[in-house]
Amino acid sequence: MNEKPRASQALAESTIQFTDVTYSVNRKPAQGAPQAIVSGISLGVGAGETLVLLGRSGSGKTTLLKLINRLLEPQSGKILVQGRSTSEWDPIRLRRGIGYVIQEGGLFPHFTVAQNVGLVPTLEKWEPSRIATRVDELLTLVGLDPRQFSSRRPNELSGGQRQRVGVARALAADPPILVMDEPFGALDPVTRSELQKEFGNLASRLRKTIVFVTHDLREALLLASRIVLLQAGRIVASAKPQEFLRIDHPEVQAFASSLGVQPGAPA
Amino acid sequence: MSPWTFFVDHREEIFEATVAHMTLVLIAMAIAIAIAVPLGMYIVQRPALRNITLGVASVFQTIPSLALFGFLIPVPFIGGIGRRTAIVALVLYALLPILRNTYVGLTGIDPAVLQAAEAMGMTDAQIMWRVRFPLALPVILAGIRTATVITIGVATIAAAIGAGGLGTFIFRGVAMVSDAVILAGAIPAALLAIAADLILAAVERRLKVA
Repeated sequence: MNEKPRASQALAESTIQFTDVTYSVNRKPAQGAPQAIVSGISLGVGAGETLVLLGRSGSGKTTLLKLINRLLEPQSGKILVQGRSTSEWDPIRLRRGIGYVIQEGGLFPHFTVAQNVGLVPTLEKWEPSRIATRVDELLTLVGLDPRQFSSRRPNELSGGQRQRVGVARALAADPPILVMDEPFGALDPVTRSELQKEFGNLASRLRKTIVFVTHDLREALLLASRIVLLQAGRIVASAKPQEFLRIDHPEVQAFASSLGVQPGAPA
Repeated sequence: MSPWTFFVDHREEIFEATVAHMTLVLIAMAIAIAIAVPLGMYIVQRPALRNITLGVASVFQTIPSLALFGFLIPVPFIGGIGRRTAIVALVLYALLPILRNTYVGLTGIDPAVLQAAEAMGMTDAQIMWRVRFPLALPVILAGIRTATVITIGVATIAAAIGAGGLGTFIFRGVAMVSDAVILAGAIPAALLAIAADLILAAVERRLKVA
């Protein structure tokens, strides 16, 4: 109980705080020195912020995401979630407080849409009637008619619908934090752009703390309240979207030119 | 003597042998499932144990069935002449297909689904029972189906060590050089195998989700 004031103080500063975090793997024991995936990461994510981790494949952005919900544990450094180190959190409790969305949704193929969305509330032993109400509410929120979709299975949905269900599932137990790993990456361009816009509106209404991983600068510019650029496991740039393209760094410019935008031009 | 005449004359005896045969198979399958499915679930997270377990189960399968029955006769407690020894041998035969399919089914699940389960705060036990097991069930059932068909066939040989069943007619027919007597055992055994295969295939189809 003595911990409480300190914890809420930390919460006021940032919901997620990385302090000098390094995560490395031993590719093979014979190869000796472990290979760093991310190193020297210090980063704070404020409450209600949508932080986008941008980077090429292999830049370590997904690793950072997995460190937040303790799917991975760092070799050194510390990650505080709501003022408490992830190593002190019970991983199950920690994860139930962090909504998780991945590419293709990662939906359970043997569950109906309603069962998928209601998973965390079921694990948390909510009353069945409360779960049903919540599921309807969330499906409506993500633009799916509950009467039409509740009893379908994931293989009876389009890619975009699956992704909507994935978002609804992540929001089910009203977690304060959402982590999203290239959630719209596998969609066709038209559906992707629709979902990005809708999600942008949703995110600003929900006021969740969101960490969003993408390799798509356009998506980052659209959704982020702040963009953090990773290169080879290190943070090379961090800025608000409207300032991001003005940063004088070769990797920023590489991303900008991929967009067909003149480096230095306003977003 | 035509097979049909023999069949009609001995219908009660054949019926009793069929029931005895089915009982033998059902008992052996129940024991094999009770051992192989939990064992398969146990070795999913333990690679060292997996190789040993699957290896031992494969060895049993390579022993010719008549030899396996013979080897078991002198073994204390489980051996001897009669049904108990036959059941032990049938269980050893049925283990591998069930064990292997259980393992393959539980490990062959889309990694994205498993990661989502873990990231949503499911415990290891919840991931096993609510995700891995239901998704692996059609594959496990396919293993049980294979094992059942094999066991129905191998159980005919159990008659050689006095376990009864449809093999009694086959061995008697071979000794008498009578096709009619052999068929009185072989046809019901084949029909049992076909029926078991069809029924279990139907159950398997119902369980398949995607």
